[in-house]
Amino acid sequence: MKRCMCITFAVIAGLCLAVAVPRSQAAETKNIILATTTSTQDSGLLDALLPVFQKQTGYFVKTIAVGSGQAMAMGARGEADVLLAHSPADEKKFMDEGNGSRRQLVMHNDFIIIGPSDDPAGVKAAKDAPEAFKLIAGKSALFISRGDNSGTHAKEKKIWESAGVKPDGQGWYQQTGLGMGQTLAVAAEKKGYTLADRGTWLSQQKNLGLPIVCQGDTSLLNVYHVIEVSPQKWPRVNAAGAKAFAEFMVAPATQKLIGAFGVEKFGAALFTPDAGKSLESLGK
Amino acid sequence: MDLIFDGIRHAIVLLVTLDRETWGITFLSLQISGAATLVSLLIGMGAGTALALADFRGKRLLVSIINTGMGLPPVVVGLFVTIMLWRNGPLGFLEMLYTPGAIILAQSVIATPIVAGITVAAIQNLPRNLRLQILALGATRLQMLWLLMREARLPLLAAVMAGFGGVISEVGASIMVGGNIKGYTRVLTTATVMETGMGNFDIAIALGIILLGLTFAVNYVLTLVQQHDRPR
Repeated sequence: MKRCMCITFAVIAGLCLAVAVPRSQAAETKNIILATTTSTQDSGLLDALLPVFQKQTGYFVKTIAVGSGQAMAMGARGEADVLLAHSPADEKKFMDEGNGSRRQLVMHNDFIIIGPSDDPAGVKAAKDAPEAFKLIAGKSALFISRGDNSGTHAKEKKIWESAGVKPDGQGWYQQTGLGMGQTLAVAAEKKGYTLADRGTWLSQQKNLGLPIVCQGDTSLLNVYHVIEVSPQKWPRVNAAGAKAFAEFMVAPATQKLIGAFGVEKFGAALFTPDAGKSLESLGK
Repeated sequence: MDLIFDGIRHAIVLLVTLDRETWGITFLSLQISGAATLVSLLIGMGAGTALALADFRGKRLLVSIINTGMGLPPVVVGLFVTIMLWRNGPLGFLEMLYTPGAIILAQSVIATPIVAGITVAAIQNLPRNLRLQILALGATRLQMLWLLMREARLPLLAAVMAGFGGVISEVGASIMVGGNIKGYTRVLTTATVMETGMGNFDIAIALGIILLGLTFAVNYVLTLVQQHDRPR
């Protein structure tokens, strides 16, 4: 009985210690909440950049990786300080509604349409993305959609629109509601087509066996902006931290890191740095 | 199948080479879920014992509510805790969202009904006359409670295991209120989800195996305590 009590007390003491330790870590004051798309995390870019930023400025970045839609919803409620998003039309709306104080171009890569290697819908013959989607719809070939209001999903909806196809409710059109990485895995497993950002696809290519079937069309550009959430609208936002992060993302040294990211591991850069360029000049 | 063996190999490599990040994540999982279990024990066992011994109208309804709470979906808890902790939410002044404390809070909410529910059942399962006998022998109320809990220690330790098992394996609430922040709120389950999303299946499997090992170790210790002087 005595030993039993001893063990019990040891366990309780250990647990008490466990409560105390995370508290002391939580005493950080210089926190920034960064709401970002899953692609920047799933591709590993943030893991490469954030330690540099934290060392330079002393800010601790809390990265919340969600879809662009949710990231902007968080920004619109003042629950994030700075956003990294790739859904330009929604971002414009976000800015027009006065939710952001500044929006700057950071980088781009492109979306690609990928599909099973035997290409049952013959998409490789398509000259642009809407035509590729039309072919997929025409053959009722399986298409896996993100379906999560992310930037990729927004782009996909736009392409369906220009293709003049309404895919919702069709048997060949399936929505995962998951991030890019998991959606790619579903597409690979079910041998379906899907729209993906090149970065995530490159970083996962080894597991997938889904080649690119359509790329290079200017409508497939994937542009990332950094947005500072408006401190006028939400006084509790960490405006100084957001500013520091935004300026870090467009600084020449960071841009160089972005341009070099992925070359070593995947043999190709995952993103093209674009700070200071105009949106119209991209992809030309 | 190769993937699973790769994962096992990877798990061993990560642990043996004392990979700092992996150990950090493992230790943080243990701390957070341990703390949450402790909180749920204090509240759940207290409330459960009080409820089991008390007699009042609506007791059955309350017990049913607690028993329903045992199946509380972690994501729903995560959602509500997130909304409460939002900067501009009712508890925003605590600035607790996306901290380990927030995960402890959410996990405590998940584990408390589990502990309370099992406690109610455990105490109610004791012979009815035991309480009278203890009191008749001149015990104070506090002594009586202590004796009752000692008598019910087998199922009560089961409550600890169920509570701990419920929260250490939970991912929905942890990812919502913790945010899976590297080196800060990334625990074994959220790291597994992330690595799966990144296509690093071998690391994901390795983390899963470490999680199983950790849960086993904790339960083994608890079982030793539980079975130590089991009435034969």
